[in-house]
Amino acid sequence: MTRPYRLLALVPAIAILGAPWFANRIEPRILGMPFLLGWIVFWVLMASVVMAIIGALDSRHP
Amino acid sequence: MMISLGILSATLLLALLLSVLGARRAGGTTSLEQWSVGNRGFGTILVFMLLAGEIYTTFAFLGGSGWAYGRGAPAFYIIGYGAVAYIMSYWLLPAIWKRGTVWKVLSQSEYFTRAYGSPALGNVVAVVSIAALMPYLVLQLKGLGIIVSESSYGAISANAAIWIGTIAMVIYVVVSGVKGSVMTATLKDAMVLLCVVGLGIVLPYKLHGGIGPMFTRIIAERPEFLTLPSRGMSPSWFASTVLLTVLGFYMWPHTFGSVFTARDASVFRRNAALMPLYQLILLFVLFIGFAALLSVPGLQGADMDLALLRVTRDAFGQWIVGLVGAAGMLTALVPGSLILMSIATTLARILRPPREGQPAESAMCARLLVPVLAGLALLFTFRGGSTLVTLLLMAYSMVTQLFPSLLASLLPNARITAAGAMAGIIVGEVAVAATSIGGVSMTTLFPEWPHSITDINVGLLALVLNVVAMLLVSRVTKPAAHRAQA
Repeated sequence: MTRPYRLLALVPAIAILGAPWFANRIEPRILGMPFLLGWIVFWVLMASVVMAIIGALDSRHP
Repeated sequence: MMISLGILSATLLLALLLSVLGARRAGGTTSLEQWSVGNRGFGTILVFMLLAGEIYTTFAFLGGSGWAYGRGAPAFYIIGYGAVAYIMSYWLLPAIWKRGTVWKVLSQSEYFTRAYGSPALGNVVAVVSIAALMPYLVLQLKGLGIIVSESSYGAISANAAIWIGTIAMVIYVVVSGVKGSVMTATLKDAMVLLCVVGLGIVLPYKLHGGIGPMFTRIIAERPEFLTLPSRGMSPSWFASTVLLTVLGFYMWPHTFGSVFTARDASVFRRNAALMPLYQLILLFVLFIGFAALLSVPGLQGADMDLALLRVTRDAFGQWIVGLVGAAGMLTALVPGSLILMSIATTLARILRPPREGQPAESAMCARLLVPVLAGLALLFTFRGGSTLVTLLLMAYSMVTQLFPSLLASLLPNARITAAGAMAGIIVGEVAVAATSIGGVSMTTLFPEWPHSITDINVGLLALVLNVVAMLLVSRVTKPAAHRAQA
């Protein structure tokens, strides 16, 4: 693997696919939302961050 | 009634005007390449608008809030799958774009024809495309009817709205092609953003004193509602459904076709970071559904999809109802127009294959097909009956079956033959049809097995059979001599 930082993309994907095993509960509430929903929302945001990072690193070494 | 009616009509006129003027300013639409993929010249923002325009359909608008209202936690999957699909898009879409641009293809079926050097495979894919897209178009039209009749307080009947909407759609698709769709998509996204985020924040505050208090009330009344149950829509249902939805996400022929509008591959890499943020609009759609749960209880079955419109009518006056209705109308018209264009392009490329020096010929054919196809869609909408519902439930699983052979076409050492790809797709489609029409699920197939396995979405089984058939047949057949290289 020439660009190991690309593996970062797996983290939000696994966190979302596995959400019901990691986070299937109501407490603690996140911004008022049940924990399961808050967890998914958090990882959707992280997906954006991670893909921006990978995009930036990839464009430095085209 | 008059005010909301005025807003609805004004929005429809504005959409028509924008699409026609937009296409004028952006140059001609004579060739099929200009008409269906905007001469492959769209940048990040336009491709973003187009892809977002396809994803935020009437399902996202009415179905998303309906799911939150009727099912609770299982609706959370709607927030999650898009983000995973966008991560995949970072690698998938540039690869599809690169090949499609080199081969100058405009439709998904053509892509398969070139990738496997087999027009027969292309035709199989075209049949799958059209069989999945037609019910999807009809769903948009039915949604349009509901939205307009509810938000005009019954002043316009659902049937009248469907007729008017379809005629408007035909006009702007024929005149402007994809450039018209991208203009109306921009108007649609601005209105949806305003309405959904506005309602998603204001409704919980107005009706329940805030988002936190709203969830506290739901938890107090129905403690089980906001976590996944251990049976049925359980954790394994959730993960398998998200996975299937992700794999099928870009297999929709109209989405696949929009990939070819891009100017260069970096457009998709930038969008992979932008789109997940946009996906969060759906969070507000869920909030609206949850707000409705406590305020307009009692909607059952198909009526659950009315939750958003009913709670808006209860809580606000005509101005807001009109705006929400207009935004909803556009969530039907924009994806509807892209679907219509995609079916027309697919058919036109088969009926009138491109010939040297005759660029306008297949474009004319596609344009002539648009009103015919729209007429067919109207017929299905008014007389479709229950076959349509079955087809619609199958549509997403049907397009997902194209994923294995698409992926194989992108991998350098996959050694999948045209016969193998065709066998895989056909076996997959048969399995989808058998399970959908026969009402078969993993539970009925393997009643003795534990719930963590039998709750897995049965679509995954069809996909596994597909891959097995694809690999087996590929081992015993020879690849086509003229398989295109990219």
